Amino acid sequence: MAYKIVEKRQLVPDVHLMNIEAPDVAAAAKAGQFIILRIDEEGERIPLTIADYDTDKGFVTIIFQEMGKTTKQLAKMAAGDELQDFVGPLGKASEIEKIGTVVLVGGGVGIAPVYPQARAYREIGNKVISIIGARNEGLLILEDEMKAVSDELLVATDDGSKGHHGFVTDLVKELLDGDEKIDRIVAIGPPIMMRAVAGVTDPYDVETIVSLNPIMVDGTGMCGGCRVNIAGETKFACVDGPEFNAKDVDFNLLMSRLSLYRKEEMDSLENYKKGCGDDCKCQ
Amino acid sequence: MSVTQEMPEQPADERIHNFEEVALGYTEEQAILEAERCLECKKPKCVEGCPVNIDIPGFVSKMKEGNFEEAIGVIKKTNTLPAVCGRVCPQEEQCEKLCILGKKSEPISIGRLERFCADRERESGVKDPVVAEPTGKKVAIVGTGPAGLTAASDLAKAGYSVTMFEALHEAGGVLIYGIPEFRLPKAIVKEEVGYIMKLGAELKVDYVIGRIKTLDQLEDEFDAVFLGTGAGLPKFMGIEGENLNGVYSANEFLTRVNLMKAYRFPEFDTPIKCGSHVIVVGGGNVAMDAARSALRLGADEVSIVYRRSDEELPARREEIEHAKEEGIVFRLLNNPVRILEGENMSINGVECIKMELGEPDESGRRRPVPVEGSEHVIDADIVIIAIGTSPNPIIFDGSKGLEVTPWGTIVVNEAGMTSLEGVCAGGDAVTGAATVISAMGAGKLAAQTIDDHLSK
Repeated sequence: MAYKIVEKRQLVPDVHLMNIEAPDVAAAAKAGQFIILRIDEEGERIPLTIADYDTDKGFVTIIFQEMGKTTKQLAKMAAGDELQDFVGPLGKASEIEKIGTVVLVGGGVGIAPVYPQARAYREIGNKVISIIGARNEGLLILEDEMKAVSDELLVATDDGSKGHHGFVTDLVKELLDGDEKIDRIVAIGPPIMMRAVAGVTDPYDVETIVSLNPIMVDGTGMCGGCRVNIAGETKFACVDGPEFNAKDVDFNLLMSRLSLYRKEEMDSLENYKKGCGDDCKCQ
Repeated sequence: MSVTQEMPEQPADERIHNFEEVALGYTEEQAILEAERCLECKKPKCVEGCPVNIDIPGFVSKMKEGNFEEAIGVIKKTNTLPAVCGRVCPQEEQCEKLCILGKKSEPISIGRLERFCADRERESGVKDPVVAEPTGKKVAIVGTGPAGLTAASDLAKAGYSVTMFEALHEAGGVLIYGIPEFRLPKAIVKEEVGYIMKLGAELKVDYVIGRIKTLDQLEDEFDAVFLGTGAGLPKFMGIEGENLNGVYSANEFLTRVNLMKAYRFPEFDTPIKCGSHVIVVGGGNVAMDAARSALRLGADEVSIVYRRSDEELPARREEIEHAKEEGIVFRLLNNPVRILEGENMSINGVECIKMELGEPDESGRRRPVPVEGSEHVIDADIVIIAIGTSPNPIIFDGSKGLEVTPWGTIVVNEAGMTSLEGVCAGGDAVTGAATVISAMGAGKLAAQTIDDHLSK
């Protein structure tokens, strides 16, 4: 099988959007689910949360940040190129129901998977307050798109170049301390951000949901590499999740397990750069 | 009484440094000598022992004449995957166990002969198969392990339009992700899958039933469905420290090595941790495969930790012997109690307790009982849990009416039909983890049942 890249563009430095032709996946996809892709025969399988999908046109949108070898290699691909494998939709879909006011928190590339959820919550009549954050204004993605599907959009940047000077958690706390009743919070971003959000919301009686992205191989429950500890019980993020109640998640274990192959990831990237030559943009 | 021809093998001290096949196969001379030992019994017991009832004296007699082309023809009448079965079937428990020669001397090495015929055919070019007239009916095969491939093959031969759905990116199921290259070269599995596609079967990889489509939808789109989804869900022990970095399920360890080719990292992108002291928990074939793979990845010491004794090890004797020759340490009558935590959530040894055998349990094997106060720590930085698998429930998502047991296995009648009309199932998805050949037998039975059902 081959899956064509129908569109590719850079959103901000090192972050790219791709529309992938995968009609079967697009037809079944729902907000909250993920896909696993493999670039070529030698490639590894990497999970990415679905950023959007178009059932009519038959494509799925992914947004990814250049980090290791595979994402660097992916970033160099262009519209018209093909991926060897694109499997999905995997994981359980988000439970999106009409509950009142929902706060959607996206950090960094985590804004991408938050977007289809914001849209879905709004479509069925919830009030959607979105909080998006990045290190600085130049790294903030999907601001316009998020604005279009939110009743209210708040922005935080670490350096204060846009919106609130500080973290998304500050804005979450302000909302929780405000007059408006918040019925649910969904937070997606780096584990450290999700842990911080979980910490902030814990004293308040507000359901808080996070989406976990541990290391996985098959994504169908077969390898168990994505084990996470949820309220003291081992769960597989790929089939039991990827979404869980934030207060139940052992984030320290998650972060530790994510770092398991750090050395190999560095070696792989070095090895890749060597093969690319000095003028390559991956350097 | 003649004795069996020994199979040439890669020497242990060489093979522990590579992933190439251990057993090298008979020469033509050896194959004929071994075939000539067959008495061609009038009522051959061996055939009864074969889950797919290969006409064993039939193909062996062709081999005596040196007619390997006709020999493989006889095998392929009932067995789609001879090169696989010749390598991984537990013949000593099946056909060879019942061989009359075995009573006084050694049985005929039926598996080795089967392998020889299949390898000879592959080397000389496989002939295009004959397929029946199209029936105009469509059958979906879910899962492309041994059960699915066998069902697909039989149904395609019978003229059905067959579509195989595979969740991973390559067909073969456990033959591809589970059994290592040194026991079953992947090129062989690819060729056997290629043969089934030559029969006209279509293959859709990257296609997860239960996610892209539900079983209900398949029932609407196809005249019949076969579920050969295997037992892919790894079991863990539920002991302290099992989520530490460096604890793998055997499924994950072997999938990284076999399917993803982690042993060729960084040429292939998927990494693996091989560690210096590896403990594999369990005593089956999967445990042997994981242990021997870890050794080849460069571990200093690899141990099998098993709670019963040597006699009860469920792995094939041949695999146990190979593992011992290669230097795998067998720590028998030992059971892990907890995995000790080192720096940064890594592993710092495994605490085990000594076991002794008590009265026989339901399985007829003597029940292992912990010896109080015998706790001790075994050095380890990688732990691989190989204590079994259960069926993967993902297939049932969004499907109605499929009856399953409390253990998650699919309920079928004696013909392999599930509680849903026109939906058959077989292999590990029905029995729980078992052998390649029993799954093939179940695939065969289901194909017959589907044919009967659709010919009504």
